[in-house]
Amino acid sequence: MSGIIAQNSGRHTGLVKASSGGGGVWNLIETLTADGSGTTLDFTSGIDSTYDEYVFKFINIHPQTDEANFQVNFRDGSTAYDATKTTTTFEARHNEDDSVAALYYDTGADLAQGTGIQLLMSYQGGDNDQSVSGYMQLFAPSDTTFVKHFIARTSAINGDDRQRDNYIAGYCNVTAAIDGVQFSMSTGNMDSGTISLYGIS
Amino acid sequence: MTGIISDNVGRTSGLIKAASGGGGVWTKIKTLTASADATLDFVDGSDDVTLDSTYPIYLFKFINIHPATDGANFQFQGNASGGSGFNETITSTLFDAWSKEDGSNSSMAYNSNDLAQETVFQRLTDTGGNGNDECCSGYLQLFNPSDTTFVKHFISVANTYYSDDFTVQTFGAGYFNTTSAIDEIQFKFTSGNTDAGKIKLYGLGDS
Repeated sequence: MSGIIAQNSGRHTGLVKASSGGGGVWNLIETLTADGSGTTLDFTSGIDSTYDEYVFKFINIHPQTDEANFQVNFRDGSTAYDATKTTTTFEARHNEDDSVAALYYDTGADLAQGTGIQLLMSYQGGDNDQSVSGYMQLFAPSDTTFVKHFIARTSAINGDDRQRDNYIAGYCNVTAAIDGVQFSMSTGNMDSGTISLYGIS
Repeated sequence: MTGIISDNVGRTSGLIKAASGGGGVWTKIKTLTASADATLDFVDGSDDVTLDSTYPIYLFKFINIHPATDGANFQFQGNASGGSGFNETITSTLFDAWSKEDGSNSSMAYNSNDLAQETVFQRLTDTGGNGNDECCSGYLQLFNPSDTTFVKHFISVANTYYSDDFTVQTFGAGYFNTTSAIDEIQFKFTSGNTDAGKIKLYGLGDS
């Protein structure tokens, strides 16, 4: 190795030499911004075999309607977001007035070979200062041998002023590639917030 | 911002612009791809692996790990610098959430396969299936493995296609109860080979 790349090896500021193979970078693929005009934010491209892991970051997603549910579904070959899923969901919850503080498994939020939406946060508060933030990892979505695992975590304020920390995971029980992901509100529009999709090299 | 630094913003290979303050970059160190392997080993100083004081946090991502044997658990252990064998003392916690595909069983519970000053392997998953489409994915973070003052903490999260058609989300955390540096990590199943999958090792810089 010689020249300008060699001269910048071992540096930590300014220009640096990327790691072997160019890995370790969160490559921003797309950011979608909610503007109150619709109930869904759809990632319809950019999910392919380029990366082994994709991460969605949702930041301050604010529902138009109080106690709406923030949810996700996956596209597996057709135009519909209806991949078969088996999932788990549990949460830690704590009310602002300290009346509730608990950890529990949510049997109403998991799926057993369901094709409908997967809840990421239910009963989300719609006050001006209330929103949900979090992330979802999706592993090897273009693989056509194995099921597609995903792991998500969200934090939000409920309509009744309860902080909730949700842990969601499962798999799309399909061997077809997952090539699209749709985030939606169960009722009312998505008033504001951003969802960014990264590919991890 | 202008000039050569500006010209290299957004690049991922060759020359790239460092993060503000110089840290915060996950550097990919090594990818191991399983092909009917009994173990998958990351050894500092061997085969282009760095697992020393270069980074304060290391992250292993395991993607579509597929066991040869039905019902096997994916697990890991460490070896201290200068030591022999993957048999460091571990104290850990482990809990699972699960849901069966037919809807008949879903819940969560503490998993008694935790470790209490034991030198066996720490579990990452629970009872993985070996059907053709079955596998597990997740990550393991290892904090400051080269430190010689404190114990070495780790945190793991994984999702598994359980052998009896469940999804299982597994959370593990604990520490290598040693003040020796940990410079080798081994992954393997409780029985049988790792037929397929990738493990990627990253380091997170702080300077």
